[in-house]
Amino acid sequence: MIVAERKPVGEILKMISDAKRVLILGCRGCVSVCSAGGEREVEILASMLKVGRKKEGKPIEIIEASLVRQCDKEYIDSIDQWDGQFDAILSMACGVGVNFIANLRPMVNVLPAVNTSFFGGSSEQGVWTEQCAGCGDCVLHLTGGLCPVARCAKSLMNGPCGGSQDGVCEIHKDVPCIWQSVYEKMNGLGRQQEMLELAPIRDWRSAGHGGPRTAVRDDLTV
Amino acid sequence: MSDFTPNIQVFCCHYTSQQALAVSPEGLQADGFPAGANINRVVCGGKLKVSSLLKAFEDGADGVCVVACPEDKCHNLMGSQRAAKRAGAVKKALAELDLEPERISMHHLERGFHQEFVTVAQEMEQRVKAMGPSPIKGEE
Repeated sequence: MIVAERKPVGEILKMISDAKRVLILGCRGCVSVCSAGGEREVEILASMLKVGRKKEGKPIEIIEASLVRQCDKEYIDSIDQWDGQFDAILSMACGVGVNFIANLRPMVNVLPAVNTSFFGGSSEQGVWTEQCAGCGDCVLHLTGGLCPVARCAKSLMNGPCGGSQDGVCEIHKDVPCIWQSVYEKMNGLGRQQEMLELAPIRDWRSAGHGGPRTAVRDDLTV
Repeated sequence: MSDFTPNIQVFCCHYTSQQALAVSPEGLQADGFPAGANINRVVCGGKLKVSSLLKAFEDGADGVCVVACPEDKCHNLMGSQRAAKRAGAVKKALAELDLEPERISMHHLERGFHQEFVTVAQEMEQRVKAMGPSPIKGEE
């Protein structure tokens, strides 16, 4: 899923300082699962903003709502029901949702209430870790399913750097060296010999270095 | 400020509030329960939501106390631990909003009526009187 975190409330209050009526718009997709921007978080943010604005002596009207997703046009269309009832939308979706609303509603002032952090999973309750970088050229079949692009601090493709010690990355004692993990995994699978093959120089255009990416499925574009 | 009666909202689970609620409001006050304190009972501490606690401040509370079972003796196993986490989240939220985090407190008490239940509210009343009314109340 896409993992996000709510922005500091002071930053959000500053964004909406001129607004008298705000629509806080949650998303029931990824940000709901990672407890950053679902219905519950909309409720909490609304309360925090009301308290913050009362403290500033500038009460605010807030509409609380959430969409099934903010990354599909048909769901975005439903925001028209609140036309004329808000000065700004505070989107609690990932950056995709904010962009979608901005693309589709040129006259709407849409603002981000969360920081979109990474593609990850919940390793335990309340903890999310990055697992994938969305680089567009997956090598997981060569690395025992563990991603060196997202999980190696240097995105190395041919084994660990000199900073790896006792299976730990040099950037932090809590970060495992993913290449150590790859070796252990491949060894366990009896595939360690495959690691002797050199990975070629990588073409990073698919990772966004070639500009914004587009995926087109011709069979679906009717 | 001397006639300031703090609005204190006490959120407690069924088990820690059972006996306190069995006593009439007059009886509780005779035991020293502050006049401006109000008991909000939930089935379990784990049922408490961050937004409900924030709403109490939004609605004019000067202080909020959360009372639930001892951490290792919750009737529903993890409820009182969850309540403590949520009270902690509200404490952080208050700090983020430049409000005194001391306006919310978490307490783990045994079942039944104890003087500690009254003391929890009394201590919050004293703390709030020292801090003054909640700055978000505005003009009343």
